[in-house]
Amino acid sequence: MTAEAMSTKLVGQAIKRREDPRLITGQGTFLDDIKLPGMTHACVLRSPYAHAKIKSIDTSKAKAHPGVVAVFTGEDMLDLNPLPCAWQAGRVKNNVNTPRVLAVGEVHFAGDPVALVIAEDRYIARDACDLIEVEYEPLPVVVDAKKATEPGAPQLHENAPNNIVMEWEAGDKAKADAAIAAAEVVVREQIINQRLLPTPMETRGAIARYEPATDEFTLWTTSQAPHVLRLLLTAFVFGIPETKLRVISPDIGGGFGQKIFCYNDAAFTMWAARKIGRPVKFVEDRSENYKYSTHGRDHITDVELAGNRDGTITGLRVTTYANLGAYLSTIAPGIPTTLYGRIITGAYRIPAAYVKVYGVYTNTAMVDAYRGAGRPEASYLIERMVDRFAAEIGMDPAEVRRKNFIPPDAFPYDNGLGLLPYDSGNYEAALNKALEIVGYADFRKEQAEARKQGRYLGLGISSYVEICGVAPSKWIGLPGEGWGAGLWESANVRVHLTGKVVVTTGSLPHGQGVETTFAQIVADELGVPYDDVVIEHSDTLGTPFGYGTYGSRSLAVGGTAVYRSVAKIKEKAKKIAAHMLEANPDDMVYENGRVYVKGSPDRAKTLGEIALQASVAYDLPEGMEPFLDETSYYDPPNCTFPFGTHIAIVEVDPDTGIVDLKRYVAVDDCGNVINPMIVDGQIHGGIAQGIAQALYERAVYDENGQLVTGTLMDYAVPAAHMLPPYETARTVTPSPVNPMGVKGAGEAGTIASAQAVMNAVIDALAPFGVKHMQMPATPENVWKAIRAAQSAS
Amino acid sequence: MIPAPFQYFAPKTVNEAIGLLQQHGDDAKLLAGGHSLLPALKLRLAQPAVLIDISRVAELKSITSEGDRLVIGAGATYREIATNEAVRSGCLVLAECVGQIGDIQVRNRGTIGGSLAHADPAADLPAVVLALGATINVMGPNGARSIAADDMFVAMMTTAISPGEVMTSVTFPILGKGEGAAYAKLRQPASRYAIVGVAAYVKLDGGTVAACRIGVTGAGAVAVRQPAAEAALVGTSGDDAAVAAAANAAGDGIDYLGDIHASAEYRQAMVKVYTRRALTEALRRARA
Repeated sequence: MTAEAMSTKLVGQAIKRREDPRLITGQGTFLDDIKLPGMTHACVLRSPYAHAKIKSIDTSKAKAHPGVVAVFTGEDMLDLNPLPCAWQAGRVKNNVNTPRVLAVGEVHFAGDPVALVIAEDRYIARDACDLIEVEYEPLPVVVDAKKATEPGAPQLHENAPNNIVMEWEAGDKAKADAAIAAAEVVVREQIINQRLLPTPMETRGAIARYEPATDEFTLWTTSQAPHVLRLLLTAFVFGIPETKLRVISPDIGGGFGQKIFCYNDAAFTMWAARKIGRPVKFVEDRSENYKYSTHGRDHITDVELAGNRDGTITGLRVTTYANLGAYLSTIAPGIPTTLYGRIITGAYRIPAAYVKVYGVYTNTAMVDAYRGAGRPEASYLIERMVDRFAAEIGMDPAEVRRKNFIPPDAFPYDNGLGLLPYDSGNYEAALNKALEIVGYADFRKEQAEARKQGRYLGLGISSYVEICGVAPSKWIGLPGEGWGAGLWESANVRVHLTGKVVVTTGSLPHGQGVETTFAQIVADELGVPYDDVVIEHSDTLGTPFGYGTYGSRSLAVGGTAVYRSVAKIKEKAKKIAAHMLEANPDDMVYENGRVYVKGSPDRAKTLGEIALQASVAYDLPEGMEPFLDETSYYDPPNCTFPFGTHIAIVEVDPDTGIVDLKRYVAVDDCGNVINPMIVDGQIHGGIAQGIAQALYERAVYDENGQLVTGTLMDYAVPAAHMLPPYETARTVTPSPVNPMGVKGAGEAGTIASAQAVMNAVIDALAPFGVKHMQMPATPENVWKAIRAAQSAS
Repeated sequence: MIPAPFQYFAPKTVNEAIGLLQQHGDDAKLLAGGHSLLPALKLRLAQPAVLIDISRVAELKSITSEGDRLVIGAGATYREIATNEAVRSGCLVLAECVGQIGDIQVRNRGTIGGSLAHADPAADLPAVVLALGATINVMGPNGARSIAADDMFVAMMTTAISPGEVMTSVTFPILGKGEGAAYAKLRQPASRYAIVGVAAYVKLDGGTVAACRIGVTGAGAVAVRQPAAEAALVGTSGDDAAVAAAANAAGDGIDYLGDIHASAEYRQAMVKVYTRRALTEALRRARA
């Protein structure tokens, strides 16, 4: 290929997102924009109690309210099965309790749905909810995961003694015990990874329409995984043929994991639409999103890290209580196990490691995957403890990291925790680059000077590694990691008669820019204009089955399926061109959208000519089917393992405890980059969510199980002015797992950032003797940490 | 997030509003910018049968200087006050205080009268009103009357305004030479209300502090003055030691609140810190 041709490649260029003109001018179609003829509106009556028996429900007044179409309770929907849990913790017994579409007999958290009103408009539906009379018998409540496992704790479910969902472990306990017993230094902490509310800009919801003539449903819903949702609703909840349901995800205003799952609203809108013979719409308000839709994190962890005074880490022992809420959400048990426990040693070669995880039921909303899903918890834990260890032995935290990193020549690297081997990495290069950008040596001088003046600067390092591109089906599937299906992706590529290329994919965007990046790949690989490539997605009618968009997997898995379909198109095009040029197919070269015989580039057939020939089919090779139309189902041979180093610099005001986040440097390695602007955008958004956890956000339940942070007046999602500018850079270590060498970038920012900030805060507070403090580092928490350390010393 | 049904009136004059209040009594609630009332309605924490929307009453909107006083219409929005030249030059602390409330959408809607009448324990304005010794002017069935700032805030979300009255304006002093005022605040990051907000006013006579008023909001159930701290500063030179002593004397007489955003203990400590900061800046301005 000529140098000139190289420079016209789209892959690697910061092409503006083709989604954006539509989305930023208000022309998107989100769920609540959809209005169907005859559509009714649903409102859910939710339990005010976190745990109670339902003694009686009287819906008569609500039914009589003008404009009310119907009122239903859980007893009316007993023909529906409980929602499924599709990912149980692998290789252990799971005591499974999943929610019914509406509660029957007992409620287990404040927000549990009790009754459903269908009315002519939303206002009437809401008013009628107030007319439903429910008699409850309150039961004792537990909201803390560790306390829930203690003797005498209130019990949520009969089949889960001590509220335990599962006990799961990874690593070698005997080795870890021995390493800790023999170590020169052991640092111990209880580390809390607080509960978070994902807070997508658009809340969740569903609109269902039923066609009695064909017995078919259409469901529009805010789903990151419409094909999976269709499968779960039909095969598990309704017990109807999969073909009787079409699921469409319209434009989605952010998901962050919360929109992966099978929720009750998808089921009750369908059920009610069939019952009343009219479409039913349900859109959560923000309070409902906070009360009912899944939350993230919520771990209580006791951790011990052992090492030598020379800085070598020799052992790690971890016990985690993962709060999974009142019932199991769709993939909840897999998050604190496969995606947390198996990567607990992070970027380090730790010879003896063991992790035990208790999944626990409590009287709180369900907890499931939230941006990063398990890896932020793991990364926070190990990075906080590495700093804690460095401080204990008086060694530079960058040096301790260098000393323990998995070296570049050790890949593929098996961490001994049951994960597939890390694919590729050069952790020290990313650390060094970040230190260079931040000016590490100069900062330490500045910090020392500032301390003399009574100013408290701190620098925090986070060298993370994570798991993307999930996952090989034979590894993650039921017999192994407990995932109740496969995790491949699909893509169909068609070159139409006019030369236009239509790609349908099982991946779908809710902010990722898949329409743009996939088109960049196809345009480059096929050698056709970018504008000639259309990416279709998000509708189970017309797209091949796919498992959906989450886990930073769309590019590494879905994108690779596209790449492989394009490769098949090129092979077929070569055969047709060979026939047209009366040449041997093996001698054909495909280059920049033209096919020619090796050595004779002047006599070429363009893809357009070939597509026309394939479509009209007047003269095709003997036995060849018409049309350029290829599908791939790509099951990756491994996950990918992005990594990098983030560094935060803070200044703490000791009088108030206010943390001023002064600088934030992010060096990420997500392998080869298709669109650097989109990667930067993903990194920026991810960092914001990690900083939010470090400094601002926390979901708080009181002891009665009431969500105290139930509105945006109390749950502090940061605004732009509460976040610093980000200095981003990259190293590039291509993944050997897939042909494009890509890894994934959607969650890295979140996985990397919280501990960078917390390590910086704790570094700033070192002169006061602070060794650890819990997130978020609110002014009061910092102020108290200073005073607690001072009074202890 | 859908309010219960209510009847809605939009009077064009203060007298009309007073008439509607008389007619509907306890069933009615005045609606100004709506930034406190509407969230309460949407969460159904408040379910008044009648809303009287006074945002279209033109006579409540004016901002004028009258001699050494600024008269701010109760219906003036934060944004209108914050950007008003007469306010900025005559009473900068007021412009600064309202200029940092909430976010720009809140400032475009929220009104000074709405905030003061609602008397949220964490609202910013009560501190400034107390420190500047402002006067709240109200109109009712029996005519007009004025309420001194010190008498205004009675208890949590309770003011000296009677149920049938409408706030018409708030009178602030125009600060002259030797006078200075400042507002210092620790923000609750979600709501941006004050966890602790301290407004300080000082008047210098020669090199001596002749007068000092301090208003504290956010810390307790109701915004209050800080007489001990004020007394500690008056008669001093206002140097750092005097400010520190005054700040140290602050914090008494407050029924401290504790919630998920800040404990009572922390609020108490922050009253001292922010009193020091507000006094320091007020003195700097007074000397300028």
